[in-house]
Amino acid sequence: MSTTVVSAAETDSNTRSQHLMSGDQTNFLNDIQDHVTVGTCFSENAKMSIKNVSVFYGNKQAIFDASVDITENQVIAMIGPSGCGKSTLLRSLNRMNDTIEGCRVKGHISMDGQDLYSPKLDVVELRARVGMVFQKPNPFPKSIYDNVAYGPKIHGLTDSRYELDEIVEESLRRAGLWDEVRDRLQQPGTGLSGGQQQRLCIARAIAVSPEVILMDEPCSALDPIATARIEELIEELSQNFTIAIVTHNMQQAARVSHRTAYFHLGKLIEVNPTEQVFTMPEHNLTESYITGRFG
Amino acid sequence: MQSSEMFLLLLGASVLAFFLGRRRSEALAHISGGLNSLHSLPNYHGYFTAIWTALPALLVLIIWMTLENYVIIRLTFESLPEHLLPTDTSSTTLLANKINNLALGVLPRDGQPTEILAAAKQLLRYNEFSRWTMAAVVSCTALMGFSWGRSYLSTEFRARQPVESVAQYVLFCCAVVAIFTTLGILLSVIFESLQFFKSVPVFDFVFGLEWSPQTAIRDDQVGSSGSFGAVPLFVGTLLVSAVAMCISVPVGLMSAIYLAEYAHRSTRTYAKPALEVLAGIPTVVYGFFAALTLGPYLRTIGESFDLSVSSESALAAGIVMGVMIIPFISSLADDVITAVPQAMRDGSLAMGATHSETVWRVVIPAALPGIVAGIMLAISRAIGETMIVVMASGLAANLTANPLESVTTVTVQIVTLLTGDQEFDSPKTLAAFALGLMLFIVTLILNVIALQVVKRFREQYE
Repeated sequence: MSTTVVSAAETDSNTRSQHLMSGDQTNFLNDIQDHVTVGTCFSENAKMSIKNVSVFYGNKQAIFDASVDITENQVIAMIGPSGCGKSTLLRSLNRMNDTIEGCRVKGHISMDGQDLYSPKLDVVELRARVGMVFQKPNPFPKSIYDNVAYGPKIHGLTDSRYELDEIVEESLRRAGLWDEVRDRLQQPGTGLSGGQQQRLCIARAIAVSPEVILMDEPCSALDPIATARIEELIEELSQNFTIAIVTHNMQQAARVSHRTAYFHLGKLIEVNPTEQVFTMPEHNLTESYITGRFG
Repeated sequence: MQSSEMFLLLLGASVLAFFLGRRRSEALAHISGGLNSLHSLPNYHGYFTAIWTALPALLVLIIWMTLENYVIIRLTFESLPEHLLPTDTSSTTLLANKINNLALGVLPRDGQPTEILAAAKQLLRYNEFSRWTMAAVVSCTALMGFSWGRSYLSTEFRARQPVESVAQYVLFCCAVVAIFTTLGILLSVIFESLQFFKSVPVFDFVFGLEWSPQTAIRDDQVGSSGSFGAVPLFVGTLLVSAVAMCISVPVGLMSAIYLAEYAHRSTRTYAKPALEVLAGIPTVVYGFFAALTLGPYLRTIGESFDLSVSSESALAAGIVMGVMIIPFISSLADDVITAVPQAMRDGSLAMGATHSETVWRVVIPAALPGIVAGIMLAISRAIGETMIVVMASGLAANLTANPLESVTTVTVQIVTLLTGDQEFDSPKTLAAFALGLMLFIVTLILNVIALQVVKRFREQYE
């Protein structure tokens, strides 16, 4: 396992990073092999905490011993090159990895002190508390109204049609979609534009009032204007929700997040306040990535 | 030379022409500097020459074969004396057949007029002559086609376009064959039905409540009322089909859901083919299972509940037919359920929905059009199914909605009307065509309705 890490890192450093070549290369390779995350991983006001987590797909290890806290009512951005395991870690936060055959999680993930991987935990309840927005907008092939009402209905959150209407309107308003769809709530959600669909998915996620929202590259399929709207929305939502967002767009991470975690080849390299990561990164890999030398 | 041999010869010739054309084109390319100098690839040049070799010759062959018999018979008739010549069309066919059979040696030669025997001999000669001339003409056409096609080949020659358009026409012809066959069947059924409706009014047939197709041959014959009311047959058909659907839809659908959503991958690899084996069992086997095992068994059970169950009941036939149809529904439903994108399931699961909630509220609605299509296919299959009902549900045309009684279906009646020696001018025989037409229309209407239903309720995912 360690050999593949070395060779991949070598390719990176050889082809893309002159900067790293000039540095002490042996030292750097040792660095990533037994890497200890630099920066401030832990937070006093942690909503979720990830401790020494490793994730495996069959025999392949995707995450190596990562530890980080997700602070309440803040946005944490996870950045890193493709295949660095950031989505994998995100999906293990609401146990969506359970649906993937052969996926194992080692270590300790907890929310409000409760172990997410203890056998006593009810996955259904966990996912109601930790919502998720996916890379590609995936509205159900139902009406806009039914898309948003889906969660409240299955969790029995409402007693009456009237209450349900209210939740739907409230969620759509918070997702900034209400004014655009108020006249066509009964039309299919798949008929909306890509950006609207993604906001519909966000509305759907917040309709069950989760505590944490996980976003897996929520803007990667959207145009810049739709992206800007979603980013505004993320900022607004962060007042009430704890948000973890995986993104490939570093400007986006810089704009929306409070803290940034940088992943490289399954290792959590650095966690720091966003301004610091983008102005004075502690680790030279982080610096190389945010200055565009690879990724 | 036989025409089938001619076909083989042409096939061989066109294969040869392909290689010759290709080699020619490669040679051309070699002279003018590599394959890049050709407009079309050598293979296209090969196909082009092959097409020119085979197609005109094939056309000549087919025309020859169509006209051959007619011309030869005409020629043969010319040698006959005046008094033996036929006067109308039916006697012409009769005489032609007679001469043909004599020539083939099927008919004994004794007692035939010498002129006819001579004509038969003449026919044989003509046939022989025709075959050899055909072989010569077709070969000549093929050769001419080949040299014609080959003369076209040059580096700039655009062989690709004609080859592509010929390919397109061939595909078009195949589609046309299928459509015309359907049309032909439909037309023949319609014309026979019109014959039938001359003797039995349409209204009596479509809305009549009594089916008893025995027409009297003699005036004093008893029990041959000859009433042609199709309603009992259609009620019987629908009853048996309904029983079948009651069995097959829930079982098929649920097994599909289990296989697609819950079953482990290894279970699926064994269970799905095992289920599909059901579709491979011949309907006759299902039929005697229904008639010999299930029918008497249902009767015994019925007796213990003080119910009178006919040993040939709609229930037995329906249940067995339902079992037969299960793989149709489950296989199709399984395919469409598997085709629903994982993103839909993820979206639902991430909301905190359970697996079953996800399946029932998201996956099934998304897969609904395909599922309904599968069910429609199954219904058509059930309505058209014959063997099981012939063996298990009897021949008595009872107008009843009680599945414990014996009923008969449209297909069973068609079978009984048309098997054995039949005269084609009696309404009894012609009724079969009218029934076939009705059945066709009913199935068509069902399909149209289903399409509308699907359009209305489909939840379309991207």
